[in-house]
Amino acid sequence: MSKKNEEYDFKWCPGCGDFGVRRALEMAMIDRLEETGLPIENNVVVAGIGCSGNLVHLLEGSQPYGFHGIHGRSLPISLGVKMARPELNVVVVAGDGDFLSIGGEHIGPQAARNLNVCAVIMDNGVYGLTKGQSSPTTKLGEITSSTPFGKIESQLNPLELYLTLGVSFIASGFSGQVRPLAKLITQGMEHKGFSIVHVQSPCTTYNDTFELLKGNVQKGIEPGLWEVPEDHDTSDKGAAQQLLQQGGVPVGVLYDDTFRPSMDQQVEQMWARAEPKTVQELVDAFEF
Amino acid sequence: MEMRDFVVRFAGEGGQGVVTSAEGLAQAATQVGYHALTFATFPSQILGGPTWTQARIAVDAILSPGDDVDVLVAFNKDAYDEHNSEVRDEGVIIFNSNEFQLEGDSRGFGLPFDELARSTGNNRAANMVIIGALAHLVDMPQRYLEEFVSKRFTRGRSGDEEIIRSNIEAMTLGRDHISESGLALGALAAPNPPDFAQIMLKGNEALALGALAGGLDFYVGYPISPATTILIYMERNLVGEGKFAHQVSSEIESITAILGAGFAGKKAMTATAGPGFSLMSEGLGLGWIAEIPLVVVDVQRGGPATGLPTKTEQSDLMACMFPAHGDVRMPVIAVGTVEECFYGAIKALTWSERYQGPVILMTEMSLAERVQNIAKPDLSQVEDRRRQVYEGTNGYHRYAGLELSPMPIPGNPGAYVANGSEHDDMGDTTHLASRHIQMTERRFGKLKLLEEDEYERDNVEESIAIMPWGGSKGPALEAYNQLKASGVPVGWYYTMYLNPLPPKLLEELKKKDLVIVPELNYQGQFASILRSQGVKAEAITQYTGLPFKVRDLVKRVTEVTEAVRKEAAGV
Repeated sequence: MSKKNEEYDFKWCPGCGDFGVRRALEMAMIDRLEETGLPIENNVVVAGIGCSGNLVHLLEGSQPYGFHGIHGRSLPISLGVKMARPELNVVVVAGDGDFLSIGGEHIGPQAARNLNVCAVIMDNGVYGLTKGQSSPTTKLGEITSSTPFGKIESQLNPLELYLTLGVSFIASGFSGQVRPLAKLITQGMEHKGFSIVHVQSPCTTYNDTFELLKGNVQKGIEPGLWEVPEDHDTSDKGAAQQLLQQGGVPVGVLYDDTFRPSMDQQVEQMWARAEPKTVQELVDAFEF
Repeated sequence: MEMRDFVVRFAGEGGQGVVTSAEGLAQAATQVGYHALTFATFPSQILGGPTWTQARIAVDAILSPGDDVDVLVAFNKDAYDEHNSEVRDEGVIIFNSNEFQLEGDSRGFGLPFDELARSTGNNRAANMVIIGALAHLVDMPQRYLEEFVSKRFTRGRSGDEEIIRSNIEAMTLGRDHISESGLALGALAAPNPPDFAQIMLKGNEALALGALAGGLDFYVGYPISPATTILIYMERNLVGEGKFAHQVSSEIESITAILGAGFAGKKAMTATAGPGFSLMSEGLGLGWIAEIPLVVVDVQRGGPATGLPTKTEQSDLMACMFPAHGDVRMPVIAVGTVEECFYGAIKALTWSERYQGPVILMTEMSLAERVQNIAKPDLSQVEDRRRQVYEGTNGYHRYAGLELSPMPIPGNPGAYVANGSEHDDMGDTTHLASRHIQMTERRFGKLKLLEEDEYERDNVEESIAIMPWGGSKGPALEAYNQLKASGVPVGWYYTMYLNPLPPKLLEELKKKDLVIVPELNYQGQFASILRSQGVKAEAITQYTGLPFKVRDLVKRVTEVTEAVRKEAAGV
C-alpha cells in the first residue's frame, strides 16, 4: 500500500516492534534495488496471519508483490512462488505463533531442501491479534489469557531449533535497531538457500520486553541483547551452538553455510540427468 | 457360437502376477485389433493379500468391466473360493495346479502355470501359459498371439530372440494343455481394428498426460492411494526449464505450494485422494478468495478418514463442490472414461486459467487403475490456454469491479497483494460491507465464464432420463443401451461438467418428470445437487467399494420407471 488507504483499517499499536521491522525490510529491498537494478516488482513478500503479517499492507513507497495467505502456511506458499520463478526475491514475514506453532511443520522440509527464500520472523512471545494468548516462545509459567494458571510448555528457543533443522543461514536481530536489522535482512536475501532472520519485535500491549532487551541502568536491569562477537566463525555450527548457551538474545549472524546448493540450483542440476521428453514423445510411448 | 466379448478374472495373492497377466492379455488383445478394458482392486499392503484384476476383451468398444465372468484364473485356493460363484455356469475356471487341486467343479481345469513356464527355460512366462490357454478357449488364432509376443519383446537387445521363443513356447504349451480337456467357450469374432492410431494406458496416466498436453508447468504432491501414480509420472516427466514437479511433505504443502505457483503465473496442479483433499480445505478457500488459478485432482476412494484406500466410490462430490468454509462453490469436472481423463485434465487447466480460481478435477479408483485402449490424441488439436495477463504499469487495481480482470505476474509491473482476507481493489484487507458484497458477487459471477454448451443426450423426448456422473458412466451407458433396445422409455444425459452444469442441459433436466442418477455413495450426492437446482432427481446408490453391474442398473432403472408410470397413471 503505497499511500494511505482509508479502507484499510488495521493498525499496529503505538510503539509496536513491527514498525521497525517494516522499516528495515523496506531499506533492505531498496538497497537490493539499487544494487541489482532489478525493479521492486521483482520482490514478493509472503505474509503469515497475525499482527506481523499485516506488514505486507503497511509497506510504504514503491510496492513489491504480496501474498497474504492463511495461518501458518507462508513457507509452502513461498516454495510455490520461488520454484515457479526462481528469479524472484521471495521474503516471508510471519510471527512466532504463525511460524513456530501452526506452521512449525514446514521449517524442517524447507531447511532440508534449502529453499532459497528469506524468512523474517517477528517474535513477540505472544498471540497479539487474538489478544494475548501464549505462543511457543512465551516463557514457562507465564500467565496469559490462555494460560490463566501459568504456561506448562517449556519456552522454545527458535535459534536452536533452526540450527538443529539445518537452516543454512540464521541471524538474530532486534526491531529497535533498524539499520543493523536491515543489514541482516540483506544478508539473508543474498544468501543462496534458506535464511531466517529471527527478530525480537516486542508487543507493547501484551508482552512489552523492550526494557528486558535493552536493559535499564536505573532499575538495575542488564540488557538481554548482546552482539555476536566479530571473531565468531559463522561457518561453524558448533560455535553457533556454543554461543546460544549464553542465554539472552544475540544480535548478528550466527550461522551461514555458503556451500550447500539451494533448491533451485539442485533442480537445475537435475535437468541434465532427467533428459526431458516432449509431450508428443510421451504420447507416442503409449502407442501399441 | 460366435462371441463378441469375453471377461476374464485373474485372482490370487499380490505378487503372483495377477495384474501383469490381466494387462498382458489386454495388450495382446489390443495388439491384434480387439478392444480391452481392465478393472483392478488390490489390498492396501506392499506384498501379498488377496487381489484380483478383470479384463474384458471385445470386438466393439467397451463401456464396463463386465458383469459375468467367463473365465476365472485362480492362482490359489482362496481365490477360487472367493470368486467361483461369479463365474457363469458355462464358464471355465483355470486353476494353478502347482498350487492346489480342485474336485467337483465341472468348470475347473488344472494348469501347472509355473512348471510349464519353467520347462520353456523362462520362469517369467507363466502369464503367457495362461494367455495361450485363454486364446484356445475363445478360439483365437495362434498367429495373433505370436505377432503380439514378437512385437512386445523386440527391444533391440541380444536376448530378444530367446525371450520371444520361450514366450511363444509357453503360450503353445498352455494352449495344448487345455485343448486336451475339451473345454471351450466359443469363437471370438474376428477383430475389427479401428482405422485410427490408438494408445493404451491407465486412467491416471491419461490424466497426467492430458495435464502435460494442456501446458502444465508446476506439480507437487504427496503419496496417497490411488493418486500416487500421477505424482510419479510428473516427477519423471514434468522436468526441464520452466517446469517443476516435486514430492512435498503433506497435502497442506501441496495446496499452498500450487497457490504460490499459480500466483506466480504458472499452470499448477496437485492430485490427491479423500484424506489429502480434506487437508486442502483451507487452501482451496484461499484460492477462491484470492482468485488464483490452480487444479486439484481428487482420485476418489471409499469412505471417510482412511476409509477404503484401494476401493472405488463416488462419495466426494459434496466435499469437492463445497470444500471450504465461507461462501464457496468450486468448479467441478468429473471424468468418466480413460479418454475423459486426458481431455478433462486439459479442460480443468483451461477453466482455472479462464476464471482465475481453483478447479476440482474428480476421478476415482476404478478409473485410475483401469487400462484401456483409446484413440491416440491429436496434440495439434490441443490448445494451451492461459489466463489474461495484465500488461500495464504499476498502481494496478487487481480486484476492481465485478468482472474478471487481467492478472499481473510477479516480476512485472502491477504489483498487488493476493489476499486471503476480504480485500479492496488493490488487495488490502477491509471489513466494509460494501466490499464484501462486491467481492462475493465478483467471485460467484466469474463462474458464468465456465458454462459450456456440450453434453451427451439421447432419447430426449422421454420424460424420464438416466444421468450418471463420473465413472458410473460406463455401466450406466451399457445399461441404457440395453433398456433402449428393449423399449423401456428412458432418455440419456451425461456431462463431465458438474459445476457449473451446461445451462442448456439444466434447462432440459428441469423439464423431466424424473432424472435417475446412478452413483456410488449412500446419500445420492449428485441427485441432491440436481434437486437444489430445481431438477426432480433421484439416485440409484451403491456403496460396496466396487463399480455398478450393468444387470443391477437395468433392473433398478426398470423398477423405478415402472413405478413412476404407474403413479402417473393413477394405478
